[in-house]
Amino acid sequence: MSATNGQSTLSIRDLHVSVDDAEILRGVTLEVGAGEVHALMGPNGSGKSTLANALMGHPAYDVSAGQVHFKGHDVLELETDERARLGLFLAFQYPAEIPGVRVASFLRMALNARRESEISVMEFRRLLLDKMQMLRMDPKFASRYLNDGFSGGEKKRNEILQLAVLEPELAILDETDSGLDIDALRIVADGVNRLRGSELGVLVITHYQRLLNYIEPDRVHVMIDGRVVESGGKELAERLEAEGYERFAASAASEET
Amino acid sequence: MAVKDIDQVGLDTYKFGFHDDIQPVYTSPKGLSESVVREISRQKDEPAWMLDFRLEALRQFERKPMPTWGADLSRIDFDDIHYYIRPQDRQARSWDDVPEDIKSTFDKLGIPEAERKFLAGVGAQYDSEVVYHSIRDDLEEQGVIFLDMDSGLREHEDVVREYFGTVIPNGDNKFAALNSAVWSGGSFVYVPEGVRVEIPLQAYFRINAENMGQFERTLIIVEPGAYVHYVEGCTAPVYATDSLHSAVVEIIVKEGGRCRYTTIQNWSTDVFNLVTKRAVAYRDATMEWVDGNLGSKVTMKYPAVYLMEPGAHGEVLSIAFAGEDQHQDAGAKMVHAAPDTSSLITSKSISRKGGRTAYRGYVQVMPEAERCRSNVECDALLIDDRSRSDTYPYMDIEESDVAIQHEATVSKVSDQQLFYLMSRGLTQEQAMAMVVSGFIEPIVKELPMEYAVEMNRLIELQMEGSIG
Repeated sequence: MSATNGQSTLSIRDLHVSVDDAEILRGVTLEVGAGEVHALMGPNGSGKSTLANALMGHPAYDVSAGQVHFKGHDVLELETDERARLGLFLAFQYPAEIPGVRVASFLRMALNARRESEISVMEFRRLLLDKMQMLRMDPKFASRYLNDGFSGGEKKRNEILQLAVLEPELAILDETDSGLDIDALRIVADGVNRLRGSELGVLVITHYQRLLNYIEPDRVHVMIDGRVVESGGKELAERLEAEGYERFAASAASEET
Repeated sequence: MAVKDIDQVGLDTYKFGFHDDIQPVYTSPKGLSESVVREISRQKDEPAWMLDFRLEALRQFERKPMPTWGADLSRIDFDDIHYYIRPQDRQARSWDDVPEDIKSTFDKLGIPEAERKFLAGVGAQYDSEVVYHSIRDDLEEQGVIFLDMDSGLREHEDVVREYFGTVIPNGDNKFAALNSAVWSGGSFVYVPEGVRVEIPLQAYFRINAENMGQFERTLIIVEPGAYVHYVEGCTAPVYATDSLHSAVVEIIVKEGGRCRYTTIQNWSTDVFNLVTKRAVAYRDATMEWVDGNLGSKVTMKYPAVYLMEPGAHGEVLSIAFAGEDQHQDAGAKMVHAAPDTSSLITSKSISRKGGRTAYRGYVQVMPEAERCRSNVECDALLIDDRSRSDTYPYMDIEESDVAIQHEATVSKVSDQQLFYLMSRGLTQEQAMAMVVSGFIEPIVKELPMEYAVEMNRLIELQMEGSIG
């Protein structure tokens, strides 16, 4: 399958984002079509997580210029929860802990926020157990407090569980692979691949090519220093693995001057 | 306790702020005097010893200074209060016999519905008098007594005389003295030896009149091996002027008995709520206070357990919620008067919009009360930077062979938590309410389900409009 041949679901144009007055994103342009999987790769500090947080509307990330459209809506005009209800999803690198709130009750409320009419308790239970089974999770997990005392791997798996239950149209996976052992990585990737289809678009943010062995991207983008410096097919990820980011960093720097 | 008629309700997010135009049968003139006290006692046709008790209490009240610690009470004007308002002449045992306008209040508060669904008995107090009272026949047949305090005094004078004022003497503190002088209504509960009342008894307290003082008086006696769960709820209309609620609750739990007393206090924010609650627990007895303070302008309340004999156990689970112009000074008191007694205090407070909460606790271990254990945990959650929380943990330990623990935390709702929940589609208010309900979950899960649902619903109401 080739690049953005479908209608673009997420369209980012010349996005500039600052945190505490320091500009981190310096003109990002990126398109993700419906049902496509894109990988965003880059070294530490290149701005990948900033992009993820800014797309979801984190209040600490200040958008100074550029445009983001999702399903034709001007995303930058929307609050975080409105973006979510529109079908945007972020699997967090460091999910927040919410003591005292059970995974199941949280997820039911989140699902209801996305729906026109409330899902019945029984129907929700079936749905949740089904998705947990797919991700090979212990049913007891549903009655634990949200991320409270979870291991790193449990947190990541919980993010994918939420993705599976909420069925967004575009999911951003922010370094979902970090902190996962190879078995957990396979299960998570498996889950994403099952959800992947005609509807779900995915933006996979990662340092390493490792995850892309399991989630095969349609497109790969390289981010250096707050800009996308190169885009290509999946072979670009393999090249990065072999050559490192040095070459791109150098060309980004020369572009600067 | 579902609210049925949302349109009728009052200001801001307080849903119980409506009032009804009732023409009371009797309203005492404003202000406190010996003649007011005598008139209350005369109207109730009380025995002489009770009048003496009241008059002695009035003298104690007049002698005692206002407390100089805790919340600011300077706005209470004792001369601007009606101390006794009798809304109707007689008490009903069926809702059909309650006057329509008063019944409609309790309908709006969902009390008859709750009674049908999950209560073993209900008392409903309207201003100074209990207007409705019932108990399930099977409990009555087992000898359980659940009456309003005035009827208790009339029908079981010997029992009342034996215990009344023994746990909280009429000069215990200024507001207990005030209550002792002008008390009216409240509950009298007696559970015979070995009888377990498995579903809750509930009393519902409603202030309707303006400038009203409500002074209910409750006495609960749990005989050896018996069990009872008593629940009280409180609401009031929103007025421009202040009202005073000053209750006294005395509880005696005998050998191996257990009593749980749950309060969901949701007074309107013009009520001064100054309550004295104390229990004595004898050998192997358990006393549990579950104390939820959501409403009122000012609350000062520190439920106490005196652990009198070995094996006695006391617990206080306390939730305080302070919003704009509210000061919740709540806590607990545990007195270990015997060896091998244990106590547990868990306090959770939430402050927002400049509201102020305090945990004020007192744990005392008397000499030779060996091998006592006490665990105190108090956690405060601040919703914004304007709000405040204080902790005043007093300990008075006169025995070395004891295990006492105290832990206190203060936390804030973090932007990361809100962002995380909102990224899943929850509105900011829903997200905030979810963090708060998680924070109090350890206490809410101790409530019967109906009350847990009610508590979470009240928290959601409280959180409405709390953002920005």
